[in-house]
Amino acid sequence: MSTDNKVINESGIEIKTLYTAEDIEQSGGIDQSRSGEAPFTRGIHAEMYRKRPFTMRQYTGFANAAETNERFLYLIANGQTGLNVAFDLATQCGYDSDAPEAFGEVGRVGMAVDTLKDFEIAFDGIDLEKITVSLTVNGTAAILIAMYLAIAEKRGYDLAKLRGTAQNDILKEFIGRGTWIFPVEPSVKLVADTIEYCAENVPKYSPVSVCGYHIRESGATPAEEMGYAFCIAKAYTDRALERGMDIDSFAGRLSYNFNIFGNLFEQVAKFRAGRRHWARIILDQYGAKDPKSGWLRMIAGGGGFGLTIEQPENNIMRGAYYALVGALSGAQTMALCCYDEAYTIPTPKAQRLSLRTMQLLTEEIGLADTVDPLGGSYYVETLTNEMEDKIVEAMDWVESQGGIIKAVSEGVIQAKVSEHAFQRQKDLESGAYRKVGVNCYVDESNEQPDVELHPYDEDGDRLQREALQQVRSDRNQAEVDLCLETLRSDAQAGRNVMNALVSAVKAYASVGEMTSVLIDVYGHYDEPIRF
Amino acid sequence: MTTKKIKVLIAKPGLDGHDVGAKVVVRAMMEAGFETIYSGLRRTPEAITQQARDEGVDVIGLSILSGSHKPLCEKMRQLSIQGGLEDKLWIVGGNIPEDDRQYLQQLGFLGVFPTEARLNNIIEFIREHAS
Repeated sequence: MSTDNKVINESGIEIKTLYTAEDIEQSGGIDQSRSGEAPFTRGIHAEMYRKRPFTMRQYTGFANAAETNERFLYLIANGQTGLNVAFDLATQCGYDSDAPEAFGEVGRVGMAVDTLKDFEIAFDGIDLEKITVSLTVNGTAAILIAMYLAIAEKRGYDLAKLRGTAQNDILKEFIGRGTWIFPVEPSVKLVADTIEYCAENVPKYSPVSVCGYHIRESGATPAEEMGYAFCIAKAYTDRALERGMDIDSFAGRLSYNFNIFGNLFEQVAKFRAGRRHWARIILDQYGAKDPKSGWLRMIAGGGGFGLTIEQPENNIMRGAYYALVGALSGAQTMALCCYDEAYTIPTPKAQRLSLRTMQLLTEEIGLADTVDPLGGSYYVETLTNEMEDKIVEAMDWVESQGGIIKAVSEGVIQAKVSEHAFQRQKDLESGAYRKVGVNCYVDESNEQPDVELHPYDEDGDRLQREALQQVRSDRNQAEVDLCLETLRSDAQAGRNVMNALVSAVKAYASVGEMTSVLIDVYGHYDEPIRF
Repeated sequence: MTTKKIKVLIAKPGLDGHDVGAKVVVRAMMEAGFETIYSGLRRTPEAITQQARDEGVDVIGLSILSGSHKPLCEKMRQLSIQGGLEDKLWIVGGNIPEDDRQYLQQLGFLGVFPTEARLNNIIEFIREHAS
């Protein structure tokens, strides 16, 4: 964004016309460590993409388990190397498909999951030891992780070897996207339960993916995105440590999800600075001994806010530039929003295009040839140092508000992010924030975009409810009741509820039933409305 | 002529948690001088109808980005007629495909604002139709 002749990036750093070695020195110098060496500015692995290119993991899931399974198999056949599961809102908010609250939402924005039966269908024919699965769910994450572990166990996989990720970052849900269920404190307690349980039973599983992504979508700057995400990750870390866990037993399994839309150099510097700062937090502040504990492992992707309804084909090019950001930044995993995503659930063709965009980078364009190709650039190194300062500034602000849990509980951080979003919209409308096809190079012909809408299956809702009824009549109700009672007593006693959840899902208790028990004990979140 | 402040309720029905747009619209309406109430997330159509009646609002604006605008708007209109709110100005915004806009207008949502709508247009529309 430029004011007069000044160029100021979104994080608030003034950009000079020319950078020299002097700028690097004045901003703090170059981190001389190699990739794979703390503090990992250049990459968490020594060889990065030379050894293994980023995992390509498009976000997928719709209607019911059978259709989702079909799309998974399609993507795997096209060379996708990870699965990223989308759930419908009823599943994400803890309602069964036949609950009145689920009205109109079943299978709408992702796969409907009521019981373990749905998981059995969705992952049929997919080798969970070969492909890693990411469960994009938060409020009910503990339940869905339990389902994933249950299905792995039933198929005879060795849990010690099982990999995968759950989003499970509830604090960011209070800031953006809003699929919270319980009040803030018990919500964080549940996250700590999953961290503790996984460290003990599924050591290679990443139980949390802390999301700067949604905070950025909600209006935060790139520096705030990373700073707030670190505050959130520290809150989960503190809870795990309070249980007497050793930092090195879980910190290496914490992962991140960051956004890639915006100015290319600002994003690359954000990731380099973020990698360095997170390593300092974990290794220096928390005193972790294992360097791997300080790895900022991340999925970088999406870019949803950067995409536009206007001239949707432009989103294909935006996606390509965003993918370039991800690859230049050393992301371990990448997922791109599809060009039609502003309109609809992506078609198979749109998903394949996103996949090909990422494959082009490694196969044709040379992004997998060497580590951190922008390292040493006067501009990027200076900006990396300056972005780290901005990240620290964002974290200090949260501390000045009494810490992340207080700031979220009181709605202070939501109000700040929302104010940014309002300003961003005003800048978009005034033309100060440039968007091609929106406020410049606007197409006056009013040509309707050629986007094929994914139809909503009206009948799918009924079929899902019937399938749930069938499971309810087939299962051993006495066993379900017993499992739910154990869940209740464990929750009431403040114990880790994961064992009880795993038993309950194996007995085919439903997402809604388990959530109801937890709401009875923990209560329901009361959203602070603050402007 | 006495100028009474236009009173608006911006509400989020259903389970959709995307509230960036709704909050931006609330801020714009506050700045435009409307008395503006925000429902918060995940309100049932019944709760929204009740709040609209209790607060005596002139305008009810729904924000829906999950794609469930058709069933939710149908239900809201049905309740609004039962609740004697059908003469209020009803508007809806969100991820609404071109093909559904006319249908929602026929249902009684006079203003239908897709995500690319401009704040000024929404404000102007309310000024024109709510007084």
